[in-house]
Amino acid sequence: MNENTSHLSEYVPIVIMALVALGFVVTTMILTHTLGPKRPSKVKDDTFECGIPVIGNARSPFSIKYFLVAILFVLFDVEVIFMYPWAVNFKELGAFGLWEMFTFMGLMLVGLFYIFRRKALDWE
Amino acid sequence: MDPILYTILLCVIVFGISLGAAAYMTWGERKLAAVLQDRVGPSRAGPFGLLQPIADGIKMIFKEEMIPTHSNRWLFVLGPCFFMLTACMTSVVIPWGSGLTINDTFYRMQVTDINIGLLYLLGVVSIGVYGIMIGGWASNNKYSLLGALRASSQMISYEVAMGLSLIALVMTTGTLQLGEIVRQQDGGFANVVYQPLGFLIFLICAFAETNRAPFDLPETESELVGGFHTEYSSMKLGFFLFAEYINMFISSAVMATLYFGGYNFPFQHELGLEGNALAIVQSLVFMLKISGFIFLFMWIRWTLPRFRYDQLMNLGWKILLPLALANIFITGLVMFFSGKLG
Amino acid sequence: MLTEYTFWFLSFLAVFSAFAVILSRNPVHSVLYLILTFFSIAGHYFLLNAQFLAAVHIIVYAGAIMVLFLYVVMMLNLNQAEPQRTSAWAKFLGAGAAGILMLVMIAVIRKAEQGTPAGLPVNAGTVENLGITLYRDFLLPFELASVLFLGAMVGAVYLSKKEIT
Repeated sequence: MNENTSHLSEYVPIVIMALVALGFVVTTMILTHTLGPKRPSKVKDDTFECGIPVIGNARSPFSIKYFLVAILFVLFDVEVIFMYPWAVNFKELGAFGLWEMFTFMGLMLVGLFYIFRRKALDWE
Repeated sequence: MDPILYTILLCVIVFGISLGAAAYMTWGERKLAAVLQDRVGPSRAGPFGLLQPIADGIKMIFKEEMIPTHSNRWLFVLGPCFFMLTACMTSVVIPWGSGLTINDTFYRMQVTDINIGLLYLLGVVSIGVYGIMIGGWASNNKYSLLGALRASSQMISYEVAMGLSLIALVMTTGTLQLGEIVRQQDGGFANVVYQPLGFLIFLICAFAETNRAPFDLPETESELVGGFHTEYSSMKLGFFLFAEYINMFISSAVMATLYFGGYNFPFQHELGLEGNALAIVQSLVFMLKISGFIFLFMWIRWTLPRFRYDQLMNLGWKILLPLALANIFITGLVMFFSGKLG
Repeated sequence: MLTEYTFWFLSFLAVFSAFAVILSRNPVHSVLYLILTFFSIAGHYFLLNAQFLAAVHIIVYAGAIMVLFLYVVMMLNLNQAEPQRTSAWAKFLGAGAAGILMLVMIAVIRKAEQGTPAGLPVNAGTVENLGITLYRDFLLPFELASVLFLGAMVGAVYLSKKEIT
């Protein structure tokens, strides 16, 4: 398929880009930290709640729905990632690979159908 | 020139272009909104208000930096920084042009053409959620937390459909390398001709991933004040707002690259242009394509009302996901029956 | 040469952030350090030229599973979290279990072959080569994995929707 060499040097520019972006972000943060005025007050630094005194705390448990979305996302994400090596070799694997993947997708659809039937992703 | 030195220079240039483009997109957006609403828009700073983005940037830097007493200090600062960082990382794999030849040395215009380019894109997109989540949680504000939750579950929901829509594209191109995908579209039809449904799904997902209207639920002013960045001020707020525009610029570039031929344009070899001249025209055409997508982003923002949260989730999971699967199915069958399989 | 330095740097980063995961008081910090650990491990995969594995590590572990973890941590009511008192017994048992695990790890590493296995090309880890192997030779495990996903999906939905029938 490919030439038998390491591709490691192709990833060096990504590191360089990360350093450039990091440099920009850090410089800007330091600039805005030093240049801006600082007049702290108790009321100003309080949590914003549309003008009324803060009631309770923001870190309270939230709907399990979000959690379920995250779980289903993890599962589907793994399945999607699994399809990439197949898609790259799609032409080479031919009809056999096609039926193989249709089986995989069929099982994925069954799962999706179950999710819809159980109304797991319905937001009331 | 030394290859490492050139790479650093290229990184700085690409970074500068994305920053500059994002800055002027804020101006463009305000001007466009003004035109659509029969107003003038920014007109005071410089001719046509062209210096407005610079003025805004300076203002942001000189604003007071507020860190709420009840927040987690470090995470509060880390959130926007992380969001900005991830927004800038995608531009390395985009081919901005075919490359220049000066004094027999070839200067490429893509920072790096890694052979897992599309997976890299998906990886950066999947990491992008953290900036919002950390920022929203660290604020210790109810609106911020709700905004962060909405944003993150919206982004992860549409990531699945986005990944699936790209699979159909990979099936036809057979590579994950962005440079190669662009070269394949040279001379032939652009990929959008083969993947119209895939493109549509990708486009909608790009809107959702960048939190742009009609999917701007994370920052609904009417119900969540400012969403996940309610507590932010000065350049930290600037980063959140700015990163959104960078994301928009980059996703426009990705769409132009993957589905609209990248820097290629029809009949480019019949113009009589050679070498560097052609490369420059190609890059300009690429920028034009990106501008087209950016215009679409802005046009839709000022035209369509916002979705409701259940509508958003239904669209992502119940419409786009099955549609993306169907798209793979159709692509597979069409390629099977047209004898393109080995 | 550069590869070697990168290796040492990434190893240091991985071990450091792994320690930070268990030592930090704030669970959100732990999650962030865990993301850093995953990144450094993904870097190791890049060094081994296993690009697909590296990408999967970033997308699935750092990008998906850690979102789930962060949700869990954010769901817990952190304000009421007092320093938990663990009994001496629990500490003793924990140390014992960790010791046994360490023994197993050392035994495995001692037995493991050094260097690259013979007959494996340098590019065995690229997406192209991995796809061919996965979809030709490991067909059954792959299809079984999809059954596993189905099971996980049904389980997750069933558990979270139990009260509404």
